[in-house]
Amino acid sequence: MGLTADEWDIIRLSLKVSFVAVGLCLPVAFALAWVLARGRFPGKLLLDGIVHLPLVLPPVVTGWLLLIGFGRNGPAGVLLYDWFGLTLIFRWTGAALAAAIMALPLMVRAMRLSIEAVDQRLEGAARTLGARPVHVFWTITLPLSLPGVLAGAVLGFARSIGEFGATITFVSNIPGETRTLPIAIYAALQVPGSEGVVTRLAIISVILSLVALIASEALSRRAGAGRGNHVL
Amino acid sequence: MSFEIHVSRRLGDREIALSLSSGGGLTALFGPSGAGKTSLLNMVAGLLRPDIGWIAVAGETLYDSEKGVDVAIERRRAGYVFQDGRLFPHKRVRANLVYGERLADAANRWIGLDEVVTFLGIGGLLDRWPQTLSGGEAQRVAIGRALLSGPRFLLMDEPLASLDAPRREEIMRVIERVRDELALPILYVSHDRREIDRLATRVVELL
Repeated sequence: MGLTADEWDIIRLSLKVSFVAVGLCLPVAFALAWVLARGRFPGKLLLDGIVHLPLVLPPVVTGWLLLIGFGRNGPAGVLLYDWFGLTLIFRWTGAALAAAIMALPLMVRAMRLSIEAVDQRLEGAARTLGARPVHVFWTITLPLSLPGVLAGAVLGFARSIGEFGATITFVSNIPGETRTLPIAIYAALQVPGSEGVVTRLAIISVILSLVALIASEALSRRAGAGRGNHVL
Repeated sequence: MSFEIHVSRRLGDREIALSLSSGGGLTALFGPSGAGKTSLLNMVAGLLRPDIGWIAVAGETLYDSEKGVDVAIERRRAGYVFQDGRLFPHKRVRANLVYGERLADAANRWIGLDEVVTFLGIGGLLDRWPQTLSGGEAQRVAIGRALLSGPRFLLMDEPLASLDAPRREEIMRVIERVRDELALPILYVSHDRREIDRLATRVVELL
């Protein structure tokens, strides 16, 4: 299966966007998962709802909201430009932001489950042994929830690779800048006689998604099985 | 006085209350399941806050609702041996043992890893994972982990409950030696009369 230079560029761009999206999303998702798993505060249901919104909202609406917030005249867009000289709209960085927002609910869900699965009695035991709460977090809670956290990250990566609606709404379809795999496939479909391109890119999409899903599932199982698998 | 515990705490529709002044040796809290024995140990360890009262061990106040004293769990220096061992599943036996030792001030450590390993006979277990240990082995490791954290006193919550008869005998001997040779005050919870008769210096019965 020979890929053209353009197609390789599309794959490279997609991977770059997805990696940055996951990197951007990871700390935020973990903090949100932590708060939702352990926190008790009024408005928790509302926060939970907002986090999950991108999962159920039409992606084009999410893209439009990003356009309003992070566009040239949007409040966040103006701040980012004034402080960091950063423009997101019509840039690959904007595609990464859109992918991060769309991946957020999936990542938070997986991480929240893994944090909730950590036996808090073990944390109490660590305290009695002289560990301050921060030390307990780094030595007990985080290592025990790590497989689930990684599973969430990989799932988020898979979701980012497939992101289409919010991305095309927010950053459009610019070859070499924002034309990721799904957008390239969509664009090729509009052009008669490009079945070859579509097929090749679709196969790449399936492979990337499948590998990520299998990796995520393997990590979740590891989390579910406790530490029994360290034995052998 | 080793243990001074005068507390009460409401849990659901039950009132858990205790007033106890005890010397050294092993003080047993004896009573049926649901009498709040574990809750009392948790209050001494700092894992559960009393509604009202005060707790002092070996002359140091750990909690006093009137004076607003509430020493942080990690600074109480309690060696807590839990009923289920509660070993860290992601750490090997050796790492479990030294977890508290590494955190203790050098001045507060009074026993070293080699000594604990010999004392408890757990030299062959150091590279094992906790889930591969038998109940008796896990409980010995849990006792060792508590001793290595440099505690001023031990809290033991039915440490024999999950063991079969031969293992019970083995751990009971270990506890007797901790009580006599290390001279550490122990607050011990059980619902088994025979166990208490054999181990306790003093028995406090809860209803």
